[in-house]
Amino acid sequence: MSATATGIFHDSYASELRLCHTRAEKRRLVLTLALLSALPWALDGYWLGVVNGIGIAAIGAVGLNLLCGFSGQISLGHAGFMAVGAFTSALLSTRLGLPAPLGIGAAVLLSAALGALVGLPALRVEGVYLAIATLASQQIIEFIVCRWSWLTQGRGFLDVPRLGFLGDHVSRLTFERSWYWLILGVATLALLGARNLLRSALGRSLMAVRDHDVAAATIGIDVARAKLTAFALSSGYAGLAGALCAQYSEIVSWERFTLDVSVQYLGMIIVGGLGSLAGSVYGAVFIGLLPPLLSELATLASSGGSSWTAQLPALQLGAFGAAIVLFLLFEPRGLARLWQRALDYFGSWPFRY
Amino acid sequence: MSQLLLLSVYGLANGAILALAALGFVLIYKASGVVNFAQGELLLIGAYAFYGARCLLHLPLALAALLSVLVAAALGALIERLVLRRLVGEAPIVLVMVTIGLSALFRALVQLGFGTAPREMPKLLPAGSVELAGAALPVDRLLAILASALVLGAFGALFRWSRHGVAMRAMADDQRAALAQGISVSRVFALAWGLAAVSALIGGVLLADITEVSQNLAGFGVLVFPVVILGGLDSVPGTILGGAIIGLASQYAEGLCPGASSIASHLLLVALLVLRPHGLLGEPRIERV
Repeated sequence: MSATATGIFHDSYASELRLCHTRAEKRRLVLTLALLSALPWALDGYWLGVVNGIGIAAIGAVGLNLLCGFSGQISLGHAGFMAVGAFTSALLSTRLGLPAPLGIGAAVLLSAALGALVGLPALRVEGVYLAIATLASQQIIEFIVCRWSWLTQGRGFLDVPRLGFLGDHVSRLTFERSWYWLILGVATLALLGARNLLRSALGRSLMAVRDHDVAAATIGIDVARAKLTAFALSSGYAGLAGALCAQYSEIVSWERFTLDVSVQYLGMIIVGGLGSLAGSVYGAVFIGLLPPLLSELATLASSGGSSWTAQLPALQLGAFGAAIVLFLLFEPRGLARLWQRALDYFGSWPFRY
Repeated sequence: MSQLLLLSVYGLANGAILALAALGFVLIYKASGVVNFAQGELLLIGAYAFYGARCLLHLPLALAALLSVLVAAALGALIERLVLRRLVGEAPIVLVMVTIGLSALFRALVQLGFGTAPREMPKLLPAGSVELAGAALPVDRLLAILASALVLGAFGALFRWSRHGVAMRAMADDQRAALAQGISVSRVFALAWGLAAVSALIGGVLLADITEVSQNLAGFGVLVFPVVILGGLDSVPGTILGGAIIGLASQYAEGLCPGASSIASHLLLVALLVLRPHGLLGEPRIERV
């Protein structure tokens, strides 16, 4: 949408329900898909690994945005649900020998069910109290996966066999590239699913609850059901991301699902844009690229003799914190809004408006 | 019996420090409605500021204490002025996230400045132990309880009798009425953050003294939530009660089953949020759906 247009006007329900509203959106979609298909040939193994991590994070961030951005709830327990998904899928494929897709499906269902359970306090409290309640759930899940020795048979971590389906296994040579296509496919489906959900009655009821719960109740929305559904959906996405993470990294341990990870996911949706699906992806890209880019920078700076690489963890943590604070202060609607503003600006360049 | 007594002393010492951290938390929440997820980092910064003044600048004790109090108060007021004042009236998730962002930033700054290795600081409180009913009770922890009680008493007196304390209570009670009386909101907010940072500083120094000066001090911040929910998010006396109960309960749980202390307080927290979200002494003004 350029700045000269005054808005998008629909003259039929069908046009309002369309996935892409403008020609620019369609063009952008095609361009993005072309770029994404070219990526595996342009990047080496290391950077493709980074991109794969970002893809998985994007799925989790979309889930969290469904809960925080579109339903107005707060969750500090996202990583806990990822842990549930990761451990479920890993256990099902190692102990029971289930095929990976079935294990992942079961992981999604189990974490969604657990998410609805953890969402129960949301029926009674909201705002900061809900943040503290989900913080407690994160600590409890973390404690269980860390201390329950049956899960890892006392070793502290779980090995996951290499992903295979119907006898075909991912080969070592094309490992990152095969996973890239797989993650791209799943992430696209997840995004499409979320986008479709948001134009359905359920999605609209979630947004109504976010905007004003009492008003939503008066127009006949079951607020309790909407909130629990939001929690279940969001943790289902988290479970999917966790399960993919387990299958991709082929090792599961509780250290990957701590409170800090929950905070990272919240950082993604804040930086990307609350209440924007594209924003969740931008945020995942931003937060995912921050550590590798900083380490590149530190290596560059260290060649001059100073020891920036030793300070790398602190620098990464500081950059993350600074990004959150600065975005909240100066662009609370995140990268998604920044992108829109840049488009508006250049649409009428060199004139102001 | 002697084991019980020992656990009680350890629990009360932890609880007293928790109460100091929680006091700052409650002050900020009462004055401005912000839930401060960076409370543990204020403890951390306080301890490191004191360590820096005492061991790196080699200042005498009184001067080091004065300097670190000034640093903490200035930091608290600065956070309020530069960050939170711009976000007045924003959604809860924004306020939660901005304090989480600040906490990451502070931890990173302390790491950049002091490294990750624990630091040696000469003990403030004497080591050794006193014999009581067959238990050897550590003197430093007993003194930590006493010191916290004194500080909490001083803060209580400040709220009860001083002009600024009365202004803060008026603001917490009814913001509009307080404004109509000519109380300056910005000064009260800055005061709340400054006092919160100072009480966290004292808690941090005591905690560092009975444990060690290291990054782990920030981890104490998570334990503040059970305390404030138990005592009531908007109750100053509640922090003392909550601190004592959580401190004792987690030590007893640890005594019964090692490693259980972290989970015990969080299970208690969930139960409280479902059954009695306003806590023991808080006002039942919580929004319901």
